[in-house]
Amino acid sequence: MDLLAQQLINGLFIGSVYGLFAVGYTLVFGVLDILNLAHAAVFTLGGLLALWLVETGGLSIWLAFPVSVLCCGILGLLLDRVAFVPLRQRADSNFSGLISSIAMAIIFESAALGLFGARTVRFPAHTVPVHIWRWGGISITSLQVEIVAISLLLMVALTQFLNRARAGKAIRAVAENDRTSRLLGIHVDGIIAFTFFISSALGGAAGILFGLYFDSLSPDMGRSIELKGLAVIILGGMGSIPGAILGGLAFGLSEVLTVAITGTSNLRDAVAFTVLFAVLILRPSGLLGRKKMREA
Amino acid sequence: MLEVVDLTVAYGPMEAVRRVSFQVEEGTIVTLIGPNGAGKTTILNTISGVIPARSGKIILHGRDITRMSAHKRVSAGVIQVPEGRQVLAGMTVRENLELGGYRRPYREVLRDVTRMEERFPILGERRNLAAGSLSGGEQQMLAIARGLMARPKLLLLDEPSLGLAPKMVQTVFSIIRHVHDEGLTILLVEQNAHLALATSSYAYVIESGRIVLDGQAGKLRSDPTVISSYMGQTV
Repeated sequence: MDLLAQQLINGLFIGSVYGLFAVGYTLVFGVLDILNLAHAAVFTLGGLLALWLVETGGLSIWLAFPVSVLCCGILGLLLDRVAFVPLRQRADSNFSGLISSIAMAIIFESAALGLFGARTVRFPAHTVPVHIWRWGGISITSLQVEIVAISLLLMVALTQFLNRARAGKAIRAVAENDRTSRLLGIHVDGIIAFTFFISSALGGAAGILFGLYFDSLSPDMGRSIELKGLAVIILGGMGSIPGAILGGLAFGLSEVLTVAITGTSNLRDAVAFTVLFAVLILRPSGLLGRKKMREA
Repeated sequence: MLEVVDLTVAYGPMEAVRRVSFQVEEGTIVTLIGPNGAGKTTILNTISGVIPARSGKIILHGRDITRMSAHKRVSAGVIQVPEGRQVLAGMTVRENLELGGYRRPYREVLRDVTRMEERFPILGERRNLAAGSLSGGEQQMLAIARGLMARPKLLLLDEPSLGLAPKMVQTVFSIIRHVHDEGLTILLVEQNAHLALATSSYAYVIESGRIVLDGQAGKLRSDPTVISSYMGQTV
């Protein structure tokens, strides 16, 4: 029983990081109808950059975190400018954008390799002071609480921003109809760039939290979360922010529950992706997806 | 107020609009009539800046806006209420109105939203509903109200009667006449030629991307070609 409870809690922690990764992913998809496959590479760079700032720069993690997140946002602007803007007027921009985002992902990964090396690294001990709480057989660390709090805070802030702020409403308007948005006087290209900024900043934040949580960072750490992130946003409904949050938590829980029930981690990914298949068959638009099926 | 000179617009090799020239005087309603596919919507979209002109000039208040980007034209006072209404269906009625004033100071926008909800009480009642849940006529009302939120100087109206019940068409056109009476200049594209000519002061007939006829709306209403080509079903 304690083991199950412990696993549920762990699922919540890792699920919140999946959710944070996925909201940025789905945000760009909602606005552009394009999958930005470089999102996972930004995630990696975010984690490695924060580590570098802590280790070499001597910054506290509380300063390294926002600096790295800001840098990732700027990477997002670069990504939009280099990989997406030049293709935007083309009829096949969805497909060519997908390919050019893969190219950017490879460039970012190479940059990570060149800058930080190929080995697996970790944050120095005591980067975040860790306090452990125990109740019976359940233990929670202060780091875990901080990770889940920061992820949820960022996701709630994003949701509030999209629902209340003027620029947030403009992002939703562009997501719904860019031609109409232009007619309303919205500077659509600027809003798209801004969307990339937010998306990549959140992706970088997820990378830092992921690195802290698993106490391990490497230039290919984005690989494992890339497909999971895609599964999460399909599970939640493409383009839906609450869907991505819910999908992330559900995905995290399904992973740890599989481990808890089968007693081994062999089936972890298989079960998680089987859940994805089931959702796609029973609810093709995802948990919170829009009713209308999206055209490719 | 608006002067279009020798405007040519093309989609690839196909010219949809060929050397079209016309003008809209301040305080008037001018109509473009003509069959489907004649290029009327293309002309409005080029004036709004969402489609580029291949050649020719668009002059607003003596200022050449041919190469100006779309959002700046909204600031300059040109607003289009597009064909098929194009409300942002997933957003609320209120959010649609707010976004109509996107380029204006937020405080003024909030004040104008209240004013607009008083003017169109149905929009006030439905302010928190998704715009897509409104009826066709209500959506047209919202689209016009959203356009007015920008405080335009020139309103481009594309097929405001399309797909509406006859009674709703009357309501929408009385709104159009009303905002015109308040001083707004309007360029109207309308398939219902009878209604369009009754509402406007001057009209241009467009066929295959060219202006084939123009004149005072009252005169065109009694022009035999116009009657046989465009008013057959209504006269």
